[in-house]
Amino acid sequence: MAALSVGDLMVRYGSVTAVRGVSFDVAAGSVLGLVGESGSGKSTVARALVGLTPATGSMRIDGADLSSRQARRRVQLVFQDSRSSLDPRYTVEQCVAEGLTGVRGRAASARVAELLDLVSLDPAVAGSRPGDLSGGQRQRVAIARALAARPDVVIADEVTASLDVSVQAVVLNLLRRLRAELGLTMIFISHNLAVVEYMCDDLAVMFDGRIVEYGAVGEVIGRPEHPYTRSLLAAVPEIGQRRLLSESDVEASAVTDPASAGGCAYRLRCPIGPAANPEREICVTTEPAATAAHAHHAACHFARELDHPVGPRG
Amino acid sequence: MTAAFRGPRPGRLLSGGVPLLLILLFVFLSVAGPSIWGEAASASNVAEANQSISAAHWMGTDDLGRDILARTLVATRNSLVLAVVATIVGGCVGIGLGLLSAMSRRLGRALGALINVLIAFPALLLAIFFAVLFGIGSVGSVLAVGASFAPGFARITQTLTASVVSKEYVEASRVLGRGPIYRTFRHILPNIAEPVVLYSTIHIGTAVLALSGLSFLGLGVQPPVYDWGRLLNDGLTRIYVTPGVAIAPSIAIVLAGLTFNLAGERLSDLIAGRRSAPSARRSQPRPAEPAPDPAGDGGGALVDVRHLRVTYASADGRVTTPVRDVSFTLAPKERVGIVGESGSGKSLTAAAIAQLIEEPGHVEAERLRFMDADLLTPDDSTRHVLGRNMAMVFQDPGEALNPAIKIGTHLIEPAVIHLRESKPDAKRKALDALRAVAITDPARRFEQHRHELSGGMKQRVGIAIGLMGEARLLIADEPTTALDVTVQRQILRLVDRLGARTEAGLLFISHDIAVVSELCDRIIVMYAGFIVEEAATADLLESPAHPYTSVLLAASPRMGLDKSRPLVAIDGRMPGPDADLPGCYFAARCPRADATCLSDRPPLRELADGRRAACWHPLTEPGDVPTSEGATI
Amino acid sequence: MSAGHEVAGTPPAKDGAEPPAREGARRRAGAGRWVVFAGRRLVRLVLSLLVLLAATFIMVHLIPGDPVQTALGDQATPQMVAQRRHELGLDLPLPEQFWRYVTGVVTGDFGRSIVTEAPVADLLTTRFPNTLRLAGPAFLLVVLIAMPVGLFTAVRTRGGRGRHVRGWFVNVTGLLNSIPDYVLATVLSLVFVVTIKAFPAAGDEGLSSYVLPVLALVAGPAASLSRIVRVEALKVLDAEYVRAAKARRLPTGLRYWRYVLPNMMTASLTYGTMILAGLIAGTVLVENVFGWPGVGTVISQAVIQKDYPLIQGILLVLGAAVLLLNMVVDVVLGVLDPRSRLGEL
Ligand SMILES: Nc1ncnc2c1ncn2[C@@H]1O[C@H](COP(=O)(O)OP(=O)(O)O)[C@@H](O)[C@H]1O
Ligand code: SF4
Ligand code: SF4
Ligand SMILES: [Mg+2]
Repeated sequence: MAALSVGDLMVRYGSVTAVRGVSFDVAAGSVLGLVGESGSGKSTVARALVGLTPATGSMRIDGADLSSRQARRRVQLVFQDSRSSLDPRYTVEQCVAEGLTGVRGRAASARVAELLDLVSLDPAVAGSRPGDLSGGQRQRVAIARALAARPDVVIADEVTASLDVSVQAVVLNLLRRLRAELGLTMIFISHNLAVVEYMCDDLAVMFDGRIVEYGAVGEVIGRPEHPYTRSLLAAVPEIGQRRLLSESDVEASAVTDPASAGGCAYRLRCPIGPAANPEREICVTTEPAATAAHAHHAACHFARELDHPVGPRG
Repeated sequence: MTAAFRGPRPGRLLSGGVPLLLILLFVFLSVAGPSIWGEAASASNVAEANQSISAAHWMGTDDLGRDILARTLVATRNSLVLAVVATIVGGCVGIGLGLLSAMSRRLGRALGALINVLIAFPALLLAIFFAVLFGIGSVGSVLAVGASFAPGFARITQTLTASVVSKEYVEASRVLGRGPIYRTFRHILPNIAEPVVLYSTIHIGTAVLALSGLSFLGLGVQPPVYDWGRLLNDGLTRIYVTPGVAIAPSIAIVLAGLTFNLAGERLSDLIAGRRSAPSARRSQPRPAEPAPDPAGDGGGALVDVRHLRVTYASADGRVTTPVRDVSFTLAPKERVGIVGESGSGKSLTAAAIAQLIEEPGHVEAERLRFMDADLLTPDDSTRHVLGRNMAMVFQDPGEALNPAIKIGTHLIEPAVIHLRESKPDAKRKALDALRAVAITDPARRFEQHRHELSGGMKQRVGIAIGLMGEARLLIADEPTTALDVTVQRQILRLVDRLGARTEAGLLFISHDIAVVSELCDRIIVMYAGFIVEEAATADLLESPAHPYTSVLLAASPRMGLDKSRPLVAIDGRMPGPDADLPGCYFAARCPRADATCLSDRPPLRELADGRRAACWHPLTEPGDVPTSEGATI
Repeated sequence: MSAGHEVAGTPPAKDGAEPPAREGARRRAGAGRWVVFAGRRLVRLVLSLLVLLAATFIMVHLIPGDPVQTALGDQATPQMVAQRRHELGLDLPLPEQFWRYVTGVVTGDFGRSIVTEAPVADLLTTRFPNTLRLAGPAFLLVVLIAMPVGLFTAVRTRGGRGRHVRGWFVNVTGLLNSIPDYVLATVLSLVFVVTIKAFPAAGDEGLSSYVLPVLALVAGPAASLSRIVRVEALKVLDAEYVRAAKARRLPTGLRYWRYVLPNMMTASLTYGTMILAGLIAGTVLVENVFGWPGVGTVISQAVIQKDYPLIQGILLVLGAAVLLLNMVVDVVLGVLDPRSRLGEL
């Protein structure tokens, strides 16, 4: 087991800053959930951690710096779309073997068979091509390939987003089992809060390249402090709840772009910010600070002043 | 319609076989031509100079009395070998440049700019430039033509490589610690090889033309060596005397160009065919057992569908059936949801109702009605009924708007065309519609184009367009799948509010049963092209009858799950539209399946008032869910 | 994106409000943005022209052997060669030679032909318009033929139907594509000039002398452009917005006019530019067949005689024409299709 620690991570794509100073710790063997709308920087954090995107800031695994290629292999990423993350010309065996180092020939085949067994795939699929497999099977091949590198940390980026719900559950169960059996540390990225709640120990909510709320998953979902977390929670569709249509508005507007720099990025939508209470000028002038990690906290000037709690448990 | 697509087609044989034969012929001529006709081609005989077409000289003779036909045949070797070499030269340089520019960040920009400038110049101009540089003659012209091809090769390699490099499997390889050399040779090159080979094939033909063009200008091979272009050039001055001297090389040049051109076409067809071909064999669609008619006779229904089937005939004669048997009705003002995983036929069902299935798709049904219109025998009035009374919202909010016209034009078109309103009236109404979907500053939005709007706003516009007619039915096909959850919530609320205001019926399609259950009065569950269950929302959620529905419900994530227990799950895959099974299409994954299920198709039966399920062993007890033990991994 | 100004204290209206942050972006989409776009294109044109100048300049210096010696022939004495080199400025340092070359070209001085000693500029001004008089009408015809043919075939061959139409289309365009324009020109002149005697054999003698050269020029490019138009049209016909228009039951004519045509313009026009460029070059060959008094009849002679100033001049003018053309089309596209402009910035 290994602990992951990220400090002040910053990623720029040209003139756009996708991640603006993100810090978090993932305790050894625990799962951190990352939620937020598309474009909020979740995937960029993942890509920075595995070295696909140049970034500034510190990334450490058990205290060791993550910048060498060898160290990078200790963090593996499973992509959202298994259709494009597996080379269509490879066989399943070749796909998985790509993650192996230092083993060849028969030993490699044996190891691949072991890994396929680990992800509950019939070793007979070793000879087929990804195109012949179902989405769930492909995603398991991708997981086996990541495990072949013997990682300490696995990042799962929306791994079930393109799967049917019944198969999504298969993959989620598998990830939970692997984590328990192999003692993996995980970052689980998803837009579905219900899934995140089930999968994770801690939860980080991202908005506009920042973590706006962080805490133990039960804490954050049970007592959300940031207005954006509340808006996310209010939008989770749940069978038979009829919550989406019944609840009152939880956003001040349908603006989708974050506000320009200088104050709180959420202020255009925030129902308790300057859009609703013009006297709250501090939201326009001062960027709310994120306090130190670990305790439940939110980057909002009025975090603890929520008048009425919302959310499914509220 | 099946028969029409079966059996060998002479047309394809022709276009496939002829280029192959011609290539063999050209190869033969290149190898054996000089030794067979070499003597005849070089034997000068002044007595027979400048003869016209005759039995002895089919194409006449040149000014030294040499046989033109023999010379043309002998010239095959020079013409083709030079063309192939030129293509190889151009290909190697171009592919190298293209790979470099697509894979290195810094070099990429400079090389890309250079390629951009070079590609703007016509190849002939470049070839003349390089011919000056490399000198006149065989070597010079081959290098010149090769160099003039390089920018094209570089561009296509660059484009292809860029698309492969951004693929996630290349990134995954990087994450696994593989270096750039491994990635280039193991992932990138194999994946761009096919189109590049194709492009090269076509370019051999182009090289023949280009080289003979240079020779024709006198810049190519020099006497006594000759190729087709040289022969043509020599013959041109005497064309008025002995046309054969120009005709023979002309035919050779055209034939060679055509051969490689068609071979390229054929190759690309083969590649495309292999890509799109499903792995299963052609299936003989089997009529489903007739299901009982839906409750009531459908009189007064807004939508009435009986035994709808949608088939597609693929280019090679296979027939797939994405929608196998669908029957339902939708009453005025009713809100019906269709759920099912992707590929279960939801969208095609909606498309059939909206008359949007196009060839090679084929719609069959016992009945397909919308309001008073019979959609199986559409006439001109059907068009107006549909245009006026049916509105549709699509999955990708951006793609459904025409990028070339203003938002406002989209809005006023239906009113002007179907309701015969004047433009000012329509515009007034359009601004109201935009306001109704909560778009502020509608006058400005009216003038904008789609790229100026955010995703949520585009979907609002899509809904506003639906408000411009007198919609009695709104079909929404996964309208929120591409959106963030917070925006999804806003759009669902909007649909709900507008639905209540306009009293239009709603056919809402989604893969997410939770979303559907928020909005709809009744839910239809589809699986593999069948309706497997249909019930009022509350009943369906309370006590699903079909095992698939119950798995769908149990597997849908919800807040507050017990973390100590695994989720309910069923592994496996839905049979595709090419499958042909005698029994239940869910049997392979169903925990309740038995021998009957495998051999006999369960009909869609009425279970209790207003609810139907297609299952031999429906779950009758409320809450009787397939156990998670047997089904999970 | 963040350049927007904040309107503090004025809460945006509920639901669907305008994000103030976009305000700035919108303003940039106006005149300013347009100027930036045109400016960039101009810079690119100037850079490309410089590359062209450099290429034609370097060409002469890269040629193996001494061009002056070659041009004057073996009889020339070393004094004659040195004298000539001095006259041509070939004994100056390279950068200075290049500077003189560029300033010369800019002021319309392309030097003198080594062979005839006539100013290259004179030759170009008399000959180049003739070339354009062939290429221009040919291009118009190409577009007028290719657009409808490509679109029609696309409609008829959508979704794998119309296999016969597709087969014919592929074979016929493939054939036309494989007939080099000068071969077609030769055959045409054989049939119509020699055999039927319907048209003048050579030169520029009124309207009828256009027919055969233009015909020879048009066939191939029309075939390849109609293939491209077909592919583009197939893409657009499958677009969701065309389906959406159909779902709204817009009349067929309107659908094609407003939804299909404008959207296939961008790509088709871009290829069209390359084809027009190809036509300008294609005239080189066709002019030779028909003895058309354009630049084409000069260049092959010039290359064989190694008349480098003349070759330079012709390549420069043809190249510059191509670059200018690209610039014009880019700008036209920028006006017609705001997306192509946006993509640039
Ligand atoms: N144009 C088409 N040609 C052939 N098959 C098609 C076509 N469109 C859809 N299909 C097939 O129909 C099936 C169902 O498609 P669709 O109705 O879009 O499903 P859903 O909306 O439930 O995701 C899919 O398997 C798909 O492959
Ligand atoms: S800081 Fe102000 S605007 Fe930002 S979330 Fe908190 S209350 Fe809202
Ligand atoms: S018919 Fe049989 S296999 Fe099909 S769903 Fe019912 S029980 Fe399962
Ligand atoms: Mg669909």
